[in-house]
Amino acid sequence: MSTSTAAPPTVVNFTVDGRQLSAPPGTLLIDACKRAGIEIPAFCYYEGYSLQAACRMCLVEVEKMPKLQTACTLPVMEGMIVRSETEQIHKARKGTLEFLLTNHPLDCPVCDKGGECELQDMVFRYGAGESRFTEIKNHEPERQWSPVVFYDPARCILCYRCVRACNEGMGVGALGVTNRGVVSEIAPNMVDHLDCDECGACIDICPVGALTSNTYRYKTRPWEMQHVGTVCTHCSNGCKTTLGVRNDEIVRGNNRDRSGINGEFLCVKGRYGFDVSTNEERVTSPMIRINGKLEAVSWSKALGFVAEKFRSVSTAGGSFGVVAGPHLTNEELFYLQKFTRAGLKTSNLDHARSGDLVTLLDALSGKTDALATSDDCYNTKAALVIGSDLSQQHPFLAFQLRADVRHHKANIYTVTPGPVREAKYSAQSIEVPVGGEFDALRNLTETLKGEQELVILFGDSIKGQRVRDLVEWASGLGIPVKYVCLVDYSNSRGAMDMGVMPNLLPGYEVDPHPGMSLGQMLSHETLDVLWVVGANPLRGKTLASKQAFVVTQTMFLEETSERADVVFPSASAYEKNGTVTNVTGQVQRLKAAVRTMGAKTDLEICGLLAKELGLAVEIGVWSHDVVFKEIHKSVRGYNVPLPILITGGAAATNPVNGRVAVDVRIEDIQSAGDTLFTSGELGRYSKLLTSVPEFPGALYKR
Amino acid sequence: MTFTPETEQKLQAIWSRYPAGRKRSAVIPMLMYAQDETGQVTQEMIAEVAKRCEVTPLQVEEVVGYYSMLNKQKMGKHHVQVCTNIACLLMGGEELWHHTTKRLGIGHKQVTADGLISLEEVECAGACSWAPCVVDGYEYHHHMTIEKLDQLLDSIENKVQ
Repeated sequence: MSTSTAAPPTVVNFTVDGRQLSAPPGTLLIDACKRAGIEIPAFCYYEGYSLQAACRMCLVEVEKMPKLQTACTLPVMEGMIVRSETEQIHKARKGTLEFLLTNHPLDCPVCDKGGECELQDMVFRYGAGESRFTEIKNHEPERQWSPVVFYDPARCILCYRCVRACNEGMGVGALGVTNRGVVSEIAPNMVDHLDCDECGACIDICPVGALTSNTYRYKTRPWEMQHVGTVCTHCSNGCKTTLGVRNDEIVRGNNRDRSGINGEFLCVKGRYGFDVSTNEERVTSPMIRINGKLEAVSWSKALGFVAEKFRSVSTAGGSFGVVAGPHLTNEELFYLQKFTRAGLKTSNLDHARSGDLVTLLDALSGKTDALATSDDCYNTKAALVIGSDLSQQHPFLAFQLRADVRHHKANIYTVTPGPVREAKYSAQSIEVPVGGEFDALRNLTETLKGEQELVILFGDSIKGQRVRDLVEWASGLGIPVKYVCLVDYSNSRGAMDMGVMPNLLPGYEVDPHPGMSLGQMLSHETLDVLWVVGANPLRGKTLASKQAFVVTQTMFLEETSERADVVFPSASAYEKNGTVTNVTGQVQRLKAAVRTMGAKTDLEICGLLAKELGLAVEIGVWSHDVVFKEIHKSVRGYNVPLPILITGGAAATNPVNGRVAVDVRIEDIQSAGDTLFTSGELGRYSKLLTSVPEFPGALYKR
Repeated sequence: MTFTPETEQKLQAIWSRYPAGRKRSAVIPMLMYAQDETGQVTQEMIAEVAKRCEVTPLQVEEVVGYYSMLNKQKMGKHHVQVCTNIACLLMGGEELWHHTTKRLGIGHKQVTADGLISLEEVECAGACSWAPCVVDGYEYHHHMTIEKLDQLLDSIENKVQ
């Protein structure tokens, strides 16, 4: 035997329809053709999931192969000569369609999928309009499997896409196929209903209208909607969601165009959590407390009243406290902090903090390229999750890790206080109570030293000194390590970046005049004004100051607004333009999808208040574009390429690399511990999220 | 769920044949043995097999739905399968089938009132060389004729009396 072996070829040359093509070895013919702009139709094949070869639509002719071959399972080979459209292929595909249509009802005029149905497109192309079958079609009535998912067996073409998406993509495995032959159908895991994530991935991936969603079914046709690409407003992962809007109403959310960081991934919140904006409990008019009761007043009266109060407290040297919500846009947060610091001359400014990024940045001082993005979670060779039920609290990051395991055979390690879904495919899962993480980490040290690289995702149990300990421990591994500090909500990260903290200015510059933190404000007995923008700090907490004049900007009359003297109706994130920054520091654009009568964006409300107080010139124009320009120019790390943002992409911010020398009050850092079905203040008002049987769910239980 | 010691022994034997991580391969034989004991596949049984074979109950459910030899409804003490696929059909399988249904008064996948015999029309029992073929439980009866079939059914009925 020869000792020298030829290096494996890095490229394979082949011919499709007379065109010379090349692709890396191992590429599937269907993918190679797609990249060259040659479409090979397929129902069962789906990029990223396992191969099925069930539908027989992708049949192609390959020279020297006697029968037609399925392009979805055939890797390209050197010298292969392929024809993708010949009379024989046409006939085969037409025959396949004729078979699929033997039991498929022709109810396209009422089917949700009509207009964007892959079967419809194929029949249109190959023209299997007539059938030789004379038998009566098998018909089964449709079934409701959950408040979200409906299944119509007659429309199902058994491509198994939903089964694989649920099993492989989501790691749930709630769908299967039961029975055989002409009577086989998709089955849910609980015999007649589903116990799952209710994410709706199965509905989106269905090439026909067999799986339909309760929020969208029979409501509209795809071509009657406007499609608005924006960012999901719930958790911090920052998934892009494309909202289908008809007559100023959001009727569906999905991301079939695969724009954004998340591709087609969305969880139940991203697909269905938009109904918060149409909840009838929404505040639609400014209100002032008159004789102990909140009464609707005009905008000018409410703004004048608040401005008057602010002015008098300011003149008398009184104290202000400002609390911002983690769902506001970067522009709103930046404007609000400027208002507070430059206008109200105080740094009593905070938000509900859910992760200790500040200490992490300080601990990483001098290290470059040490913060992971969501792409890193998909590409890394190893990942370590500490103190988070990732698939519930950060569903998209968990999806990335699952895909990383499937596609790159990555090793996942978890150190959590209870069972997590990641354990099913992890290299090692350790359950330790909160506080014992470092013992578990020490046990993992030797194993991890053998990895080539590592992404560490850590939750709120690692804060303060423990963050420094973690960084020190990871430095000792001798491999490149990147970090993700997990935070709760859609713009929790942005709130920190924009300096909505008592001791840090935008871009993590130390505030020379630090103010009170959220906890300190609430317990301050003589606080004069508490201004709450898009948050509910009084849920389960009390305000120590009896004299405080409380102003809220809110969508709903929650606990804080019940204590408020003035309430302004604010817009939801589906009604706003601006930007938000996700947990991995990627900034993306929000696009207003609908308008809601009565409500104004928080930016506009703050701007109008500034104008009323005569501060408008100093604080600036309250237009999101203008404020973003200022952020782009002045906030460290936000000098991102604008074309990426404008085209709806995610631009990685580059946070400070240097000391952030401030004291972090770790008692102020606490994750809300939302499950897959809760979403803090917003989730309470989503009827769909609260209607699924899995609600509210529990962390470390599933 | 607990099984009789004999069934349990069989289940253990088949289960231990597969290495860790590949226990799912034991799903079909385990279901067969378990079904032999009770005459049907129950939800409880599905859950038990799923647990032992490290798969979800739904995955076991898929197998049960796919294979016609696994029955969710209770079958008779003797499950008689008559093949009417091509080879047996040519050799008189269909006549055998009609004769059996007439004699027992039951049809495909039905059970006699006393729960003694259930009937199934099967697609190829894998004994074409000796067609027509009738299977009673795991027992094959080759070159069947109506007379021989009657004798078989008589013996089943007499055995009990």
